[in-house]
Amino acid sequence: MLGPLDYLVWSVGFLLEAYVVVCLALHRDTFRYFSLNLYMLAAALVTLGHYVTFHTYGYSSMQYRYFYYYSESLLIVLIYFTVMELYQHVFKEMNVSGYIRSAAAILLVATAFFSYAVVRQNKDHLTSHFVVELGQNLYFVGVVLTYLLWGAVLKLRETRTRLIQLILALGVYFSATAGTYALRNLFPGLQESVLRWVPPLIGTWLPLAWAYTFSKVSEDARLTTARLVAR
Amino acid sequence: MMIAAIIFVFSIAAFLQFFVWHCRSILASCRRVELSDRVREVTGIQSRDFGAEDFGRLVQLVRLCPERGDDRGEIRAVGTYYGLLNILGRLARPTVPRIAAWTEHERESCSHFAAVALDRRISYSRDLFTQQVADRL
Repeated sequence: MLGPLDYLVWSVGFLLEAYVVVCLALHRDTFRYFSLNLYMLAAALVTLGHYVTFHTYGYSSMQYRYFYYYSESLLIVLIYFTVMELYQHVFKEMNVSGYIRSAAAILLVATAFFSYAVVRQNKDHLTSHFVVELGQNLYFVGVVLTYLLWGAVLKLRETRTRLIQLILALGVYFSATAGTYALRNLFPGLQESVLRWVPPLIGTWLPLAWAYTFSKVSEDARLTTARLVAR
Repeated sequence: MMIAAIIFVFSIAAFLQFFVWHCRSILASCRRVELSDRVREVTGIQSRDFGAEDFGRLVQLVRLCPERGDDRGEIRAVGTYYGLLNILGRLARPTVPRIAAWTEHERESCSHFAAVALDRRISYSRDLFTQQVADRL
């Protein structure tokens, strides 16, 4: 049974995701950050879908479970595209968009193949443990990709504040989610108590941070990255 | 289990780094913002820069103003960062003075960020008030 706090986190998440989409449209940045926009739109629709499925079929129904896990996979694919889009922004002046697109396609196929291999091995007992392990691995790939991207930002002395904040917020989201999945894998008993609250709260972090970036930081704002890592 | 443990350790380390850098990017984007005299009037602090210890009072004042709705998350993130700096500063003061000095500088930046947030909320409150008066007329 869900409590008022669950509904609050649900509605706050949905509103923030919708806010980011509207904010991008108002600033005419929809196509500049197309994948990011698509991800936020899909996340808002998925949040809405969770609510509808929960109310129609119930929390412990198979329909809700399948919707939850399939939509999660879809969102992971979309967030990979968002990371690739941020790579394209960082490497814009080097004219390597073709390579990045190829790398994105290879990464997606590799991730799909890896997921398929794990599903094939576990098809007789598609348990929550397997889902947790898969989520943990996929999000950890996200952490590594964001870390590499941040390395490129520092190396290329990228100064666009907006881009820097988008990447760092994504890094916080990926690492917190991967850490939570790993903790669930290590201590399954924590799921019902502490860890139940963590993923929804982390889920609100990304739209919250991006909403701030798009509404407060202009496209022209500049920042010296060396100051962020220097002591 | 081993892979999960390694991923957990790496993820937590990455999380802390990304979180600190993200907070510093927010502070850096506010560093050049000039504060209006209203903030000094409201806080009663006349010096040019706000001190590290002023953060708590500034955040309390921010909370008294009507919410703009788009800065709450950042204020909370910087508040958490300020708390972490407090702990680090206390631990480093007797042993590593250089880190203690750095935490002090970062805490001052947090106070400046809070002052900028207060300034924005005061402007917002004034706009709201003006709008209400105009609507009544």
